[in-house]
Order: sequence, then C-alpha cells, then structure tokens
Amino acid sequence: MYRSHVLVCGGTGCTSSGSAKIIDALQREIDKNGLGGEVQVVKTGCFGLCALGPVMVVYPEGSFYSMVKEEDVAEIVSEHLLKGRIVTRLLYSETVTEEGIKSINDTNFYKKQKRIALRNCGIINPESIDEYIGTDGYAALGKVLTEMSPDEVIQTILDSGLRGRGGGGFPTGLKWKLARNLVPDADQKYVCCNADEGDPGAFMDRSVLEGDPHALIEAMAIAGYAIGATKGYIYVRAEYPIAVKRLKIAIDQAREYNLLGDDIFGTGFNFDLYIRLGSGAFVCGEETALMTSIEGNRGEPNPRPPFPAEKGLYGKPTILNNVETYANIPRIILNGAEWLSSIGTEKSKGTKVFALAGKVNNTGLVEVPMGTTLREIVEEIGGGIPGGKKFKAAQTGGPSGGCIPAEHFDIPIDYDNLISIGSMMGSGGLIVMDEDNCMVDIAKFFLDLTVDESCGKCTPCRIGTKRLLEILEKIISGNGTLADIDKMEELCYHIKANSLCGLGQSAPNPVISTLKYFRDEYLAHINEKRCPAGVCKSLLTYEILPDKCIGCTACAKVCPTNAITGKVKETHVINQNKCIKCGACMAKCKFKAIIKK
Amino acid sequence: MKTLEELKAIRDKMKGQVEIREEDAGSIRIVVGMATCGIAAGARPVLTRLSDIVQEKALGNVTVVQTGCIGLCQYEPIVEVHAAGGDKTTYVMVTPEKAEEIIDMHIIKGQVASKYTIESAKLG
Repeated sequence: MYRSHVLVCGGTGCTSSGSAKIIDALQREIDKNGLGGEVQVVKTGCFGLCALGPVMVVYPEGSFYSMVKEEDVAEIVSEHLLKGRIVTRLLYSETVTEEGIKSINDTNFYKKQKRIALRNCGIINPESIDEYIGTDGYAALGKVLTEMSPDEVIQTILDSGLRGRGGGGFPTGLKWKLARNLVPDADQKYVCCNADEGDPGAFMDRSVLEGDPHALIEAMAIAGYAIGATKGYIYVRAEYPIAVKRLKIAIDQAREYNLLGDDIFGTGFNFDLYIRLGSGAFVCGEETALMTSIEGNRGEPNPRPPFPAEKGLYGKPTILNNVETYANIPRIILNGAEWLSSIGTEKSKGTKVFALAGKVNNTGLVEVPMGTTLREIVEEIGGGIPGGKKFKAAQTGGPSGGCIPAEHFDIPIDYDNLISIGSMMGSGGLIVMDEDNCMVDIAKFFLDLTVDESCGKCTPCRIGTKRLLEILEKIISGNGTLADIDKMEELCYHIKANSLCGLGQSAPNPVISTLKYFRDEYLAHINEKRCPAGVCKSLLTYEILPDKCIGCTACAKVCPTNAITGKVKETHVINQNKCIKCGACMAKCKFKAIIKK
Repeated sequence: MKTLEELKAIRDKMKGQVEIREEDAGSIRIVVGMATCGIAAGARPVLTRLSDIVQEKALGNVTVVQTGCIGLCQYEPIVEVHAAGGDKTTYVMVTPEKAEEIIDMHIIKGQVASKYTIESAKLG
C-alpha cells in the first residue's frame, strides 16, 4: 500500500519536455531515501496544461509542480515526500496565494473545466488495466451486457443527446440505430474508430489514446453490442507512436482479462479489436476514405449514399465515431442519459475538448461544457493574450472551419452557433490570433494544407483549391486586383457545392470567413499594397529612422545579405533591393531606430 | 475473467489506490508531523501504518497526509485528526499500535481515543 502517489505526465507534450528523465530521477531519489514501499510513481496521460510541462502532482496533498527540472527532483523527494514540506518555489505559481496553497481545481485553467472525455487523463496509469477498473472501468460494459438490451443502449445514447465530436456533430445514437436496423440480415457488421486526428493543432484524441486507452476499448465493445458487431477497427495515425504503443498494451490486457474476445462476461457476446495505422493523409479522416484505407486501398473518398450504416467497411454495415465521442460512452451508460443531457446547451449536450493554441498564455487541452463563451475560454481558462496584445480572432475547426472575430467573442460555443457565424466545431482546434496575425496569410496557411492534402479524385477540389491558393498568393505578393475577390467568392461557391467529400466541401471555409469578417485586410493588400499586420513580406519594408540611428553598426553586422550600409557614428541605410525582410536588424537594434511598414 | 464479481473484486482492490488521487477525497484528514523531530521520534512507521490501515479497510473518506513541525517536539510523534466539521483532535506520542487503536476507535467507531490525546498527556 502506498501512502503517497506522484503522478508525472507521460503525454507527448511533457515527454518532449523531458518527463521520462524526471520519472527516472524520481524513482532513483525515492529508492535512495528508502521510500520505495511508501511512494508510488505513476506515469499518466496528459494533464492538459502542456505549456507548463513537465508537470507532476503529488497526492494526497494534490500539490501541482510545473516546469520541473531533473535537478529539482532531489529537493522534491527529500523535502516533500520525506519530510512533508511542500516545495512552494516549484509549485504552479497560480496555486500559491497569500492565504496558502490552493487546489489545482480552483485555478483559472481548471475551475471552469468539466472533464468527461478526459476524466482519467492525468489521473491513472494508462498502461494498467487494474487502475482503469479501479475508476469504475468496464463496469459500463458489464452493465450493458447483463442488464440492457441493444435497443436500450441505443435509446440511452439517443436520449443523452450526444453528437459526434469529430466534426459534423451527427447524433451518435441515430448513427448506431441506423447501423443496427438498416440491414437486418447482415452477416457481419463493424465498429470503427477514427483516431486519424489531422487538424493542425488538435490533439485531444491523442490525449485520450495516451491517457485513457481502455475507455475507448470499452466504448467500442459497447457499440459492438448495440449494433450487433463482433469486430472493430481503430484507425490511428502512425505519427502517434506513444498512443499506438499504449493502445496495443491496452488491447492485450483487455484480451488477457477476457474483456475482449469470445464470450465476454459469460454472456455469449464476442468482440475483438484491431489497430490499423494511417500514414498521415488528411483525407483519411473522411469516413469513406478511412474505410477504403482500412481495406488496404488508396485512401480516397466514395460518393454517399450509400452511407456506412448501410454499406461501409467491406460492404457491411459500419459505424464510425471518433475517439472523443467514444470516451463519453461509458460514463453515459453508468450515469444515465439525463446526466449528460443536463450539461450543455439545448441542442449540444455534454462537453467539448478544445486544443488551445496560438497567441494565448495557457496553451493546452481544455474540456468545457457546451455553451461556454469564447471569452471565458480565451481570457479566463487561457489566461489571456501574451504581451497585452488585442484579441483579433479565433480559428476553430481547422482547415474546414473559419475565423471568429472579436465581435462574436461572447457567443456561447456549440455546434449550431459556430455554424451560424460561418465556422464549425470540427475536431476542436482553437487557435487564438492577435493583432500581429494577418488574416489573408491565415487563409493561405489553411489552403496550403488542403491543396497538399486533396486526394485528387474530384476536379472541384483538386483544381479549385489550387486556383484559390494562386489568387491568394497573388494578393499577398501585392499583385491582386479587386476582381480577384469576386473570382475567389465564385470559386469558393463552386468548390463547396461540387466537391465529392467533406474535405473539398469545407476547404473554402477559411477564405469565406476571413473575406466576411476581415475584408478590409484583403482590400488593404490590394488597394494600398499594404499588410496591416505586418506579416506579408512582399508588402513590407524595413526603414532606419535617421533621428534615432546612432551609427552603432549592429544592424549592418547582423544583416545576412549585407543590405545595410553606413559608417560608424553615421546614419545607416537599408538597400531595399537586397533586403530579404528577415527582421534580424530590427530585433538587434537597441535604439528602436528600425521600423517595419 | 468471466463474471461481474471478478471485475468488482479488482475494482474494490484498486479503488483505495486510485481514490487517493481525487481532490477532497476525504472529509476526514489525518495529519502526521514529519519534521526532523517527528521522524526522530518514530513518526515514519506511524505514517505508513496509518495509510496501510486506511487502504486495507477501504476508508474512502479519510486522507492521510504529512506536515512539518507542529511545535510540540517533546510530544512527537503527533497525529492530528481533522474531522469533517473542522474539529481537531491531537494525539501525542503515537506508536504504530496506538495508531491502529486510534483508527479503530476514532474513525470507525466515532469516539475520541481520549487516553492518547494531548489533554490526557498533559494531565498525566
């Protein structure tokens, strides 16, 4: 029995900031101090506060240590674990107040969060099935197999109001119901999981796979029982090595306990799971392309209908949900449909995980009830924008989504509200932008991605997105005309209306929404040949202010192209023909004599 | 594993282990003085025994934590029991055996083990 548990984040974020070394050092120091039998070190999944990694929590006190370095470990062990004196210096600064140390759950980052999908991330050891069972794991599977009929399971999910967390927001229960009933005499059905998280910046699915893989396994077995399937596939990115490894361990453990396999809990229900690795094609997040890829073919979408519920993987009825959606299922079964439907807004129930990134202080993963406003997420949970800059927009939904401008800062975020203002939930990427971000450049960034990732099967997407990108590049280089804006709008309309799959149908969204809310920035690029945010290099010039320059020569020395000339103690000048606009001179100048316009 | 009972057995075994990681897991807090004076007087075996019993008996509402010097070094090892309502009982010169008794009397049966409290130590 251990009296104290030290939980160290072993997610991808903290692993890359060195948590593996911290764990080794902890174990070493603990053994050295003879605490091996009293203190347990647990490698967990992601805590969400990735910006402060590596993070660790010591229980039962709940002390939250952030940005821990290897050399701090000895002090934590000898002071805190041995003598019971919390090392205040290393605590997450927000937990240290004049009245004493407050709980991590009372900090701005955590207090507005409600964790359902991420409930076990950062709490349990993801490589231990026993710990998962200790948090009521597999109890929901036991409950459905012994107490509920498949129809009752589907009704519970329907009543809970759960909608797909991967993008479209389709009601999960309805998907299951169709797969159960559309083809009554199907000899085989499949349960699939989309773990091919491709949106730039989104990593909630990875976090669940890494931090709580058994929740996914349990949920997929429940889905199998509900629709009448005996086989399931998890389609996961090969770029998630830690997730794949833990998933494999979890599946092996579940098989060993006979929670996967034949005759589960002695009820005669058979279900097994297989992993398929995706090779980083964005289009394989689209359901028909994903299934084609599982079958071993080139990942290209197919026209719908027929929908997968009728004819999916290997031509059999199939359901496909994403990781976060599945992670909600066991809790809904255990707590009841009303429990989930009591959280959130009228048409969007439960919570949503957002990957908070960009110009915000607390980057990381946050799970909030549906209907939380953008302002609460950015200013309170996210801790505001660094450097006192002004909020300009938030990009949601990745390459399929759009930008939300400051005027909609107080909009409650749910599926329908986001669509009404021209964005979408998507998988939950949330990129915060401040006044230094150029919106034309942002639109180009996302379009770059869709052009690269378009599979090429249909013309509107393959050629349309390429032409759209060319027009954007023309505007960014200062050669745009007003007619280009009209052309872009027309092209966006046709790409949306005629593309085969969701990738093409949503690819113009970043352009459409920036044109709608930030048209003045496009016009500045075209009419004034000026980039208001100072991002687009072709439209920038760096100049030296003669009255501020003292002729120290620092800028001339740092310039990589020798574009700056001038004698010592005399005003320097920049040769605009040689300047590559790298900004090195401006960063170097101590006298603020170099400006960008 | 073939039955729900087997699942439940694992859950009950692990629950005590995992519950310690919940904030405000216990409404009762048992605090052990673990400064140099406490450790010298033998607080470490008291602390481990306390946490063992709490987990063995699956006392889900009890948290065992350590603290620094309480200030009464001659009475160490000191164990404080903070009840849910905020009432504090201070036990002094605790040994692992006394710790067992304190849990049995105070936590399980709800009676203060008065023969080990600081008040009786001062009187005696």
